[in-house]
Order: sequence, then C-alpha cells, then structure tokens
Amino acid sequence: MIMEHKEIFDHLTALFPETGLEFDEDVPCIVVPPAAIRDVSLQVRDDEMLQFDFLMCLSGVDNADGTLGVVYHLHSVPLGHKLTLKVIVPADNPHLQSVERVWRTADWHEREAYDLVGMVFDGHRDLRRILNPYDWEGHPLRKDYEVPEFYNGMKVPY
Amino acid sequence: MGLLDKQFDDGNIVLTSVEGVLNWARLCSLWQMSFGLACCAIEMMAASASHNDIMRFGVLPRPSPRQCDVMIVAGTVTLKMATRVKRLYEQMAEPRYVVSMGSCSNCGGPYWEHGYHVLKGVDRVVPVDVYVPGCPPRPEALLEGWMRLQEKVRDFSLVKKNNGTA
Repeated sequence: MIMEHKEIFDHLTALFPETGLEFDEDVPCIVVPPAAIRDVSLQVRDDEMLQFDFLMCLSGVDNADGTLGVVYHLHSVPLGHKLTLKVIVPADNPHLQSVERVWRTADWHEREAYDLVGMVFDGHRDLRRILNPYDWEGHPLRKDYEVPEFYNGMKVPY
Repeated sequence: MGLLDKQFDDGNIVLTSVEGVLNWARLCSLWQMSFGLACCAIEMMAASASHNDIMRFGVLPRPSPRQCDVMIVAGTVTLKMATRVKRLYEQMAEPRYVVSMGSCSNCGGPYWEHGYHVLKGVDRVVPVDVYVPGCPPRPEALLEGWMRLQEKVRDFSLVKKNNGTA
C-alpha cells in the first residue's frame, strides 16, 4: 500500500513519540534530530508498511544560516512510494549519525557530503575525503569557503 | 635546404648532416604518452582514429612515461592531478616535449575564476612547448599543433645552445 508523507509521519511519531520528529508541510519531508537518524532509518527500512530499501540520494546542504543540512531521498522498490528525510545540524558542531550501515549507498555519499560540506557522520567506518586530495583543507561547498592561495606550492587563483 | 643535400644515381649514397637525419628520425616517431584528463581527450582519441589518423606522423601511444617523447595534456588539470602530471613528466626521458591541449590546460578555461580545484594552466607545473587553443580543439587543431612541435624538433641541435627544450 502506497503511503503519503503525512501518513508515514503519523506512523513514525507513534513509533518514536519521544524523539521529536517534525513534519515540514512546505516541501513534504520529515525532519529528524541528528541523534535519531540511524534508528529512524532502520525503522523505515525494516518496517513492513514502509520497506524503504533504496536510498536514492544523500545530499549535503549549507543552509547559510549557521546550520548544515543532510537530505535523504528514499524509495521503496516493493511498495513504490517515496520519502524525504532531513537532518539539520549546527555548523559549529556538525555531528550526526551515519546511515552507512543501513544502506550501503550511503557510504560514498556521506564521504562526499563530509568532503565538500563538512558534516561529520558518527559511526561511518571509513569517513575519508572522496573527491578532494586527502591533505585538502576546508570544505569547498560551504558558503563561507575561501579559495586557498597555494596548494602544495602551486598557486591556485588565476 | 631539405633533408637530403645531394642524391646520387647509384650506390645508395645520400649526403646529409647527422643532426638532420637524427632530427628527421625523431620528429617522425614522436611517441605519445597515452592519457587523457577530460573532454579534450575525446578529441585526442578522434585525432588517433581513422579520419585523422595521427599515426601517419609516427605517433605511437605508449603506456609508460619512460618510453615517451611527448605528453599531450588533454583536459582540465585539477590540483589533485597536477602532482601526478608533474611526476609523469619527470619520469619521461629527455628530450621531452609537452603539448597543452585545450583552454583548461592552457589557462584554466571556464574554471579560471570559480574553480577552486583547477590548476590555472599546466605551465605552472611543467614547461609547455606547444599550446593548442580551443574548447575542445578539433582534431585538425591538434594535428596543427603536432606539426608545430615537429618544426621545433627539426630545429633541435646537439651542439647549439638555446634549443628551447627543457
């Protein structure tokens, strides 16, 4: 049975009454606290009524208001419905739980979000940079990022 | 004056200078390091394919820098790749040449302003002999650049200084 976002939200709040899940009407999605994303992910993957077995995309966002966001787009292959989860973390302490052990797809996606936006996924087994060189400094897709003058002795600006 | 100064009717005798024949041999067998970095590499492959057939210039793509005379830097040189490009160049035996192909490796191309990760011109890490402009250059442009490089090799001298090579 295909479920709408609001139905899924009601279903999840019944299962996690103390967690503080929020529903965003604007673009339908469920905002999950950073410390709960792993438990919620396991639930939506293994729940018989939800069966979100496919993480389509995991994106990192700099909201430019002192917070960073992670957006999870989920799809259920057996049931055919979709779900968007969001986690918002403060930019000065950007820690949230990793879902790398829930969906293997999240492995490289979380590394990319860490590399470019700089949130730290606690519990990821191999959280290294994936695009930039390992000795790169900073996270280039942050809004306040400034291009370095030199990298390994090579001048960077034009 | 061409390569052959004098030709005799019989006896298989020709007169030329040692430099002339050596340079002629070298410019007709410039071996290319086979690697590409971005979309320019597609045009480089097109130059190797049957329509343009760069092999008629004696170009053989080689998988090892130690067997190569020319490095065609075809595409965007990221800072991460620049250290590798430099190492590959250092592994080539002298005399060695570099063809910078396309706007990206010439000067950074479309990434000149906002490309935090792009080297603004491969000439910041290795000396370049021929710049081929274009985004990407057509195979004909690469062939033109190749012929310019051949002219450079033709003028090379073992005894004269200032050959312009690295």
